Amino acid sequence: MNPMALSVPRDEAAQPRLSLDRITCKFGPYVAVDNLDLDIMPGEFVSLLGPSGCGKTTTLRMIAGFIKPTAGTIAMDGVPISSAAATLPPERRQMSMIFQSYAVWPNMTIGENVAFGLKLRRLDRETIGRKVREVLETVHLAHLEDRYPAELSGGQQQRVALARAIVIRPRVLLLDEPLSNLDANLREEMRYEIRRLHDAFNFTTVYVTHDQSEAMVTSDRIAVMNRGRIEQIDAPYILYTRPRTRFVAGFIGRTNLLDGTCDGTEVRFDGFSLPQGAFENAGRHLDGSVQLSIRPQSIALRRVPPAEDDTLAIRCDLVERAFLGESWDYVVTPAGSGLRLRVAAVPSEVFEVGDAVWLVLDPQQMMVVV
Amino acid sequence: MNRQILAPELDGPDVGRGGAQASPGPVAARVRRPFRVDPWSLIWIGATLILVFLVVAPMLRLLISSFQSTETGAFTLENYVTAYASQRRLIGFGNSLLYGAAVVLVSIGLAVPLAWAVARTDMPGKGVVRATVLGAFITPSYLGAIGWILLAGPNAGWINRAWMALTGSSTGVFDVYSFAGLVLVTALYAFPYIFVFTADALDRVSSEMEEAAHILGMSPLRTIFKVTLPLVLPAILGGSIIVFLDTVALFGTPAVIALPARINIMTLQLWQFFEFPVRAEAAAAYAVPLVLITVAMLGLQRLILGRKGYVSLTGKSGGRQPMPLGRLKWAVLGLCLLVCSLAVFLPYAALAQAAFSRAWGQGFSFANLTLGNFGYLFNEASSRQIILNTFTYSAATACVAVVLALIVAYVVSRRLVLFGGVLATLCMAPLVVPGIVLAIGFYAVYSSPPLALYGTAAILVLGFTTRFLPIAFANCMAGLRALNPEMEEAVRILGGSRLLAVRRVVVPLLKKSLVGTWLLVFIPASRELSTAIFLVAAKTRVIAVMILDLSENGSFELLAALGFFLLGVTILIVLIGYRLVGRDFLLRKS
Repeated sequence: MNPMALSVPRDEAAQPRLSLDRITCKFGPYVAVDNLDLDIMPGEFVSLLGPSGCGKTTTLRMIAGFIKPTAGTIAMDGVPISSAAATLPPERRQMSMIFQSYAVWPNMTIGENVAFGLKLRRLDRETIGRKVREVLETVHLAHLEDRYPAELSGGQQQRVALARAIVIRPRVLLLDEPLSNLDANLREEMRYEIRRLHDAFNFTTVYVTHDQSEAMVTSDRIAVMNRGRIEQIDAPYILYTRPRTRFVAGFIGRTNLLDGTCDGTEVRFDGFSLPQGAFENAGRHLDGSVQLSIRPQSIALRRVPPAEDDTLAIRCDLVERAFLGESWDYVVTPAGSGLRLRVAAVPSEVFEVGDAVWLVLDPQQMMVVV
Repeated sequence: MNRQILAPELDGPDVGRGGAQASPGPVAARVRRPFRVDPWSLIWIGATLILVFLVVAPMLRLLISSFQSTETGAFTLENYVTAYASQRRLIGFGNSLLYGAAVVLVSIGLAVPLAWAVARTDMPGKGVVRATVLGAFITPSYLGAIGWILLAGPNAGWINRAWMALTGSSTGVFDVYSFAGLVLVTALYAFPYIFVFTADALDRVSSEMEEAAHILGMSPLRTIFKVTLPLVLPAILGGSIIVFLDTVALFGTPAVIALPARINIMTLQLWQFFEFPVRAEAAAAYAVPLVLITVAMLGLQRLILGRKGYVSLTGKSGGRQPMPLGRLKWAVLGLCLLVCSLAVFLPYAALAQAAFSRAWGQGFSFANLTLGNFGYLFNEASSRQIILNTFTYSAATACVAVVLALIVAYVVSRRLVLFGGVLATLCMAPLVVPGIVLAIGFYAVYSSPPLALYGTAAILVLGFTTRFLPIAFANCMAGLRALNPEMEEAVRILGGSRLLAVRRVVVPLLKKSLVGTWLLVFIPASRELSTAIFLVAAKTRVIAVMILDLSENGSFELLAALGFFLLGVTILIVLIGYRLVGRDFLLRKS
């Protein structure tokens, strides 16, 4: 299977809707965003994913115009809107934003909340009424138009915020951890809702989250951020199967990270070695010390030794196990090694602690990371 | 004023006008040039100028004139010598400190047991006790003091008369015109501060703290002293400092009690500097140490209340189990009611008797009953004018203070200017200035050209505004802090300006808190004496000043009627406040 087929076809010649060019943001001596480049095409859904403090919200707020960059330029459709010298205020950017706290105004009804942006745009009363009803129907809140936000549940308030943001047909839709205040079930439902709305309206969207599954459900591309920089930006499938850095491999899903050294023909790890040709190395020259990411799901456990010539099979001891319902979580240690590798197995593959097992690696799913 | 600034913005340029469709085009090209005049610059520059006018100028002038020679204006230390070289004034200074300390001790003795009983035991009648403490809280202390003159004046006071009748003694049992009388009467109206702080802290001490001590074998009584009280000690100290500062700066009670008793204290001395010949520079010099003491004490308070480690006061509290007192609860209630009687029931009864009497000394007889005192108040043009003045000035003060405080608090909390901290400090600065000192500062700056405001209503409103600005500012800051900035950002990203966000979102959402703030300024402004006493002129007299005059003339009947009227209005306003804002707006610890 060619994983590239899963990514969105990109027309490199087209002009990006948003273009962040060497954007830096400092708060005193602290560098929140560090020389960041990012192009977002019209209609594209891009997530900024990373741990707290990685600069993702700062980046979003610079796009919105709430924060001025210390250096670099942000352009929308080729026109600069933010730089250290001059910044277009948020109210002139024709964007809209969904906030972590929903920020639904409690002093206005649902209808007034949604109509707010339309009124500022001086639409006539009938058009406003029609648009408000349409969008409230889209988010399944048509019956609550005259209620006040305090009478709504958290999930419903979230939908109001969504309706308020999309009804003005923004040039860019910004979402700042919009689901973090919802309970787990609702959060899962809203992820698909957000993606559904994107498929229906095709807004250019920037979505900030620290939850990888949220990003994976909603996004065309995910930019994984760490310490103010983008570590990798790719479609979800590629990000998961082809992480380029140790950070991305560890942040997106679970993984085993192994340190090894390469002597030209094979890569030596603690207790075993693998032929150098076995790796997806993404065109990198393997030399000296090497880090390898192996997903727990890509390791198979066998009770009996595989065929003699299989160099990717390693003799291991099973040292810990836990049953998680959907899978087994095993920890194995290669013979004569101090390494602990996590292996995920389907519930029917039952092993006992202390069993001697054989571990079979799939070279297609091992990535060399930096 | 606010509206005029805000209105044009609605007609201002708006990006999305004419179409909500996302049409990629040159609309976004209008990047704001750095030198564009932003309405917010005008607003904060205006606010800064007003603060300079209200706070900086009087204080600076006070400080400068304390170093200026009266005749030549040259630099001199002579004023400090004049002010402090007299033994009388040194004793006055010492007496003030002694007075403050004594009032603190008595207040703690009254407040802490009451707070404990109300907050942590199963004593009955808690509601009555709380309501009565609130009653003491809203009683102007000079009015309470006059009630006590009626109760414990050396010969004519009701208590002394009863004592003499019962025992046949030729002298009374308690003379209010004494240092002890001064301290007791002051403490009876100061202790609610400590009560509020302590009860609030006790409300937050989890019972688990006490249960942990019980399970280790500590008796309930020892637990109170070893666990509960130490946990609320910072709150007690915090309240005590406020009481101390209030007492040292107090003018009304000393004017009605200490002056006749010939007890020499600082605020009375300050007043005497303004008797002919006026020696404003010496008064300034005499006042400066008072300001310094206040600054130091408030610093100390911040240090105490800011200390970490009182775990139970920080996190969420666990459940609270009221401590069962058994039969003792009636004894505890009795003590609480005794305090309530001393502070509220007895003096109010005495004032009520006077208010409805032709001559209060003639006692309770049908012939002595009259409504004439109230009638006089409303029929006499001069007293009607005074009543009207009082409430107009207070309302104007509350409006100016709330608008100014809201603007500065918004600019500061949303970091719209670099020197926001300076503006915040200016708003809080009047806190360190006793009212009487503030009035001297105002008098010094605004009694002569270019701004000869002395004698006008404006100088009273401005003086009151400055005096109560810290209350308004602290409340506005608290309100804004509780308001998520995302509420305003949502307006802006949808195309509304910041001013629109303030008008459509911030003000409506803070409505309750702003009404509460307005009342919290209006109530003290309506009874303010120490600032008013220097700034009133014949036509701008207010109720507090009239009460003081009536007390000097011994017209206690009229005075009591006026006091009751003031209290009635206050109670009405408090009730309206409860209705509009919720029950906790007055006794909130802020």
